[in-house]
Amino acid sequence: MNLLALDPLLSGHIDWGIVGIVVLKVVITFALVLVAVMLMIWFERKVHADMSNRLGPNRAGPFGILQTLADGTKFFFKEDLIPDRADRFVFRLAPFLSVVPAFLTVAVVPIGGVFTPEKGGQVELLGKQTLFQLADPPIGVLLVLACSSIAVYGVMLAGWSSGSKYPLLGSVRASAQMVSYEAALGLSVVTVVMLTGSLSTHDIVMNQAGEGFLGFIPDWNVVVTGVVPFVIFIIAATAELNRPPFDLVEAEQELVGGFHTEYSSIRFALFYLAEFMNVVTMSAIIVTLFLGGPAGPTFFGPDWIWGPIWFLLKILVFCFMFVWFRATLPRFRYDQLMDLGWKVLIPLALGWLLLLASINIARDEDWNLPLVVAIGFAVMILGYVGLVAAVRTARHHREMGTEVGS
Amino acid sequence: MGYLEGFAVTFKKMFKGTRSGKTVTVPYVKDAGPKREKAVRLHGRHVLNRYEDGMEKCIGCELCAGVCPAKCIYVRGADNPPEDPVSPGERYGYVYEINYLRCIHCDLCVEACPTEAITESKLFEFSFTDRQDAIYTKEELVVGDDGRPKQLPWEDWSDIDEVAHLSSAWVRATAPSGSADFVGVVGWSGELGFGVKPPEAGQKAEDPAPPAEAAADDHDDHGHGGHH
Repeated sequence: MNLLALDPLLSGHIDWGIVGIVVLKVVITFALVLVAVMLMIWFERKVHADMSNRLGPNRAGPFGILQTLADGTKFFFKEDLIPDRADRFVFRLAPFLSVVPAFLTVAVVPIGGVFTPEKGGQVELLGKQTLFQLADPPIGVLLVLACSSIAVYGVMLAGWSSGSKYPLLGSVRASAQMVSYEAALGLSVVTVVMLTGSLSTHDIVMNQAGEGFLGFIPDWNVVVTGVVPFVIFIIAATAELNRPPFDLVEAEQELVGGFHTEYSSIRFALFYLAEFMNVVTMSAIIVTLFLGGPAGPTFFGPDWIWGPIWFLLKILVFCFMFVWFRATLPRFRYDQLMDLGWKVLIPLALGWLLLLASINIARDEDWNLPLVVAIGFAVMILGYVGLVAAVRTARHHREMGTEVGS
Repeated sequence: MGYLEGFAVTFKKMFKGTRSGKTVTVPYVKDAGPKREKAVRLHGRHVLNRYEDGMEKCIGCELCAGVCPAKCIYVRGADNPPEDPVSPGERYGYVYEINYLRCIHCDLCVEACPTEAITESKLFEFSFTDRQDAIYTKEELVVGDDGRPKQLPWEDWSDIDEVAHLSSAWVRATAPSGSADFVGVVGWSGELGFGVKPPEAGQKAEDPAPPAEAAADDHDDHGHGGHH
């Protein structure tokens, strides 16, 4: 009975060392994410302030670094309001639907490890060989996609259950936007999965830890997949995160606060937390999928210490990128958003996926590679022309006031 | 590529040393260095003034209470006791209360006052933490024997020496009714501690004003002070 409690998967050979490692990893990951979010909020406010000639938070702690802590404390002590017309159960549930997936996503991201062929990403902990990530399920990438889909429910149900107009409009936008961009996001991830031949995040990182080309270009998926899926992923991820220029869900100028208009106190803080946690985790996922995760050269000292350092540096670049987007780009109009998603990103991601797939097959079957690439591009251009023609025809019919096909 | 130029703009702003990245915010820091110079038309907390002989200027006419758009002033007048008059006239302000939770510092009370009894100082740092503290009574509003406002425990007056002599600019404006004939003419009584305050410079005397506005001012006689 005791064994069953410690070994729910009944795989046997579970001892205290393994249980200890798992517990330790859970605690470390949880704490790491919370601290990262705290710093991310401060980082965003500070960098965004710098980019608009302001000062940013500067009162709490050195450089205002404790501002998030002060805000969080304030949120805890605020009155928790639930509107009269709200659906009370769903209203209470929605913030957690936003936060929990954000936490779950981090679990499959490798944040360190020694990615050499001999060690295979393992590090030694409590006398055991273990991975520097909370869990490495064989369906890691699917879990990431699933979590980002569940997060849509948090936003959508929050707006719906508020019993108020603006939040409802925000949540309608949210569901449409996030569902459309999920497709482009998924298609660009598929290219990575196809090249790796595995859905496990650890395998994806391991696959990128090779020697690279010409001695200085790393063997990262961003190079191997030909940059396009990487760019599509970044754009789709920004939309998925509801960050500017895709922040129609919140759109202060039009919808007050968007889906969280009616939220206050710690429930609002949870949305806030989830938003910035998603920025950090999405950066981590970009790094894992396209930029080799924690893999990188080691210099001096213990070799396991360089994994987290490379990982942090890479994440920082993307966190900065998201802030930079916010400081620079104005918000999309709703129809522009849909046009970009459905008429540009999804066809492009699909075309590129098919191109990569045909190249892969050509390599396996020993076909003429340049010919396959040429035909692939020709088909893509043909498809593009067809798409443009279809869009033109549809617009023409719309302007003439007739039904398409009549 | 217009998009990328935009990214370059925001990126350049991050460097504080450059001209385009210069931070324009002036931090409000209480305990570092001197306070900023107060704008001439800054509206701070009210004071009830006294004549140079110590008599109160307020005559309890309630015009200030009547004109107040926020209804934050409460006044009750009473007859002066003949043996020990509070103000030179027949009546004086017996009760005078201003609720600073309501006051919007529009200065209409100052304009309405026939005796320049109520003016606004340049003291604006008085963050009370109690609703009761928000209601300033007559005891708290009337100036002390040196003509300076009485300081309450929650008020921060570290620059009182620079701003004590400044009252509402409207009182010392150049001309009533906007007539240029009154520029430089003193039309107000003296105050305890400060005597008769000098008039504001007229708009014509003001050269540092922006050229376009100065040109417009030459043939446009609005009497109230200048752009400082």
